Amino acid sequence: MIARGTMHRGSALWIAAMVHRLSGLALAIFLPLHFLALGLAIDGEAKLESFLRWTDQPLVKFAEGGLIFLLTVHLLGGLRVLVIENLDWRDGQKQLATIAAAISAIVAFIFLARVL
Amino acid sequence: MNVRLYVWQRATAAVMAPLVLIHIAVIFYATRKGMTAADILSRTQGSIVWASYYGLFVAAASIHAAIGVRNVLTEWSPLNNRHAGRLALLFGLLLAALGTRAVFAVVLS
Repeated sequence: MIARGTMHRGSALWIAAMVHRLSGLALAIFLPLHFLALGLAIDGEAKLESFLRWTDQPLVKFAEGGLIFLLTVHLLGGLRVLVIENLDWRDGQKQLATIAAAISAIVAFIFLARVL
Repeated sequence: MNVRLYVWQRATAAVMAPLVLIHIAVIFYATRKGMTAADILSRTQGSIVWASYYGLFVAAASIHAAIGVRNVLTEWSPLNNRHAGRLALLFGLLLAALGTRAVFAVVLS
């Protein structure tokens, strides 16, 4: 039996809110590492180049594809929130959230298809 | 989340939306035939446009992420509002410092 207070969990829009929060958290964790990697250029082009060659590994490319998904899904999820809060309510929010996830997955797959 | 933080969260989101779109486009462009340090730096070094773009991006992302982390800590951790706020502020400052260093590295070094 599902407790009354948790019945909303599992609905498409609850999942959308959770995806938005978790993708934001993951991006926040990634950002310092991203900045540190770019900061390698302070010590010269060779140091950054050496790091970039390390990222040529397929496993790293898959991780980058995951990051592209997270960035896109957070962007689209955030745009949906801004539209809901600032414009008149529109029906079909579940469909919009699903489309946002689908577009993000497609963008990530296209990225992976190009780099792998 | 108080009103001031709510407004900053939404304002930085609105600022970042086009920046993220451009970032994704640049990622696709930069990786079209393998990404090299020489390619990246030849695009960014000495460019006021890229320095402004990435500078604004770092500022907005640092504020946006710090407020988001504060919300998560407040709602999902045992920390009270004050401690969550302090930790989030430290995180935001760390992001701003590392981000500024990264912009400096790719534009001015």
